[in-house]
Amino acid sequence: MSTIKILTGNYAVAWGVKLSRVKVIAAYPITPQTTIVEKIAEFVENGEMDAKYLMVESEHSAMAATIGASATGVRAFTATSSQGLLYMHEMVWWASAARLPIVMAVVMRALAPPWSIWNEHTDLMDQRDTGWLITLAENNQEVLDSIIMSYRISEHEDVLLPSIVGLDAFILSHTLEPVEIPGQDLIDEFLPPRPPKPFTLNPENPITHGGIVTPEYYMEFRYLIEKGMENARRLIVEVAKEYKNITGRWHGDLVDEYKCSDAKILIIVAGATAGTCKEAVDVLREKGFNVGVLRLRYIRPFPSSIVRERVSSVKSVVIIDRSYSFGGGGIIGADVASSIYGSNGGPLIHDYIAGLGGRDIGVREVERIVEETVRAMESGEKGIKTLWFDLKREVLE
Amino acid sequence: MLLEIRFHGRGGQGAVTAANMLVKAAWISGLWGQGFPFFGAERRGAPVAAFARISDKPIRIHCEIRSPSIVVVLDERLLTLVDVTKGLVPGGWIIANAKRRISEVLPKSKHYKRARVDATSVALSIGLVMAGWPIVNTAMLGALLKATGIMPIKSLISACMEEWSGKMGELNAQAATRAFNETVIEGD
Repeated sequence: MSTIKILTGNYAVAWGVKLSRVKVIAAYPITPQTTIVEKIAEFVENGEMDAKYLMVESEHSAMAATIGASATGVRAFTATSSQGLLYMHEMVWWASAARLPIVMAVVMRALAPPWSIWNEHTDLMDQRDTGWLITLAENNQEVLDSIIMSYRISEHEDVLLPSIVGLDAFILSHTLEPVEIPGQDLIDEFLPPRPPKPFTLNPENPITHGGIVTPEYYMEFRYLIEKGMENARRLIVEVAKEYKNITGRWHGDLVDEYKCSDAKILIIVAGATAGTCKEAVDVLREKGFNVGVLRLRYIRPFPSSIVRERVSSVKSVVIIDRSYSFGGGGIIGADVASSIYGSNGGPLIHDYIAGLGGRDIGVREVERIVEETVRAMESGEKGIKTLWFDLKREVLE
Repeated sequence: MLLEIRFHGRGGQGAVTAANMLVKAAWISGLWGQGFPFFGAERRGAPVAAFARISDKPIRIHCEIRSPSIVVVLDERLLTLVDVTKGLVPGGWIIANAKRRISEVLPKSKHYKRARVDATSVALSIGLVMAGWPIVNTAMLGALLKATGIMPIKSLISACMEEWSGKMGELNAQAATRAFNETVIEGD
């Protein structure tokens, strides 16, 4: 039997972990992630979860312990944010290259200095080359559902790569929303115990793993990770469909589209701001702007062919990038641009850098962004342009 | 319908819990809700804010509330200490825990409606006190429901009984009911 609970995004993560029957959790507290592992510790302590909870002294150790647990064949989980994620970064690479189907929640928070506990996506985007599948949730229901779906996708023998479920600091992590908790029996059927394939660490049958490889073979290991990523594209779609069949819920697969089919202006966005953009689309359509939202549910694997197809049918594109690569540009902007290389003509693309360090993005800001882009398109502007949104010029002088 | 509500309180006074309990009561009433704290660090005793959205449809929007239609003030002194009317939409509500008329404390305005209840006395009279502080948040939700009628008081009572077991649930439900009955809508 499913039930409805009013949960924060962080508690939705904890419920997803509980429903997935995770066996080992190793974590270190950091704002705004802490209440995830607090809630899981409570589940373990009061016997609601049959799992081992490991207290560790740092995020680096948290991922190291999660890797060790996962290598023995059990389902393992950790969660972190911001500075903690960067401290963990060395081990993040190890987890994916060792092909361990770990799931990690990242509560996306800005990086210091200057010190900030508020939302942006740069900490998560900094993991984009690591070989982890990376999904960003729009609301707390999707947070819970994505944790469960991620284990299914990651553990598939055609994938065997870990997954990050990203949720926006405070905007989801500390916001309460009604969340449907699926029945345990339903999830047990959807997500059986982890298959012990292709190999696990076992003293009865010792193997060596992760030793030195000469230049003769290293590249092939890397190519196989990319094959896993490519297979994940198919699995993400299949698993989302199957999850819809059992729960009735659809959050999208690689992408989530809102009023895209007749759109002439496309907003590309990831995370919780997508919901605000959908609200803005309804307001803008009443004003006569044919706008749609293409939410990137996954940024790795990047949904290149869908982006290319959608972008090629519109006149202008607005990207809202809550992250930045210094000396490069908006991170989603760069991926969108490379996806559409060679398309005929091509629309005007405005890549807005917005919402860094928790600066609010409301419906009115989305309206302004879209209207500004339409004016630029009508005045004949072409190509791709990065724009820092609403910078306080007076403090920069 | 989308209602945006801001709560002003002091750190430790339960403004965040008030927002959360309103969302729980909304769900019991068949409405959708979203509750969240001011995003940042909070200190006990310092002025804090919390927020809620209530709607008859699932709430997609995820951003701050800048123009609430209802402002609930948990501490009378905050009426003058912080700008409680900031962003309040014309025709909106100021609902305060106050012994005095709100119009004696805030400049009279045609732009918003006013309701008050002495929630501190309600809490003290029934012994709803924690760590020496009267608990006024559930009483103020009773006042909010009386003034605005956005959902029935019985939803709030059920939410209290579900949230806190035993005597704590009963006391909060009692505070909400008494405040609901004692709320005064101020005329012009």
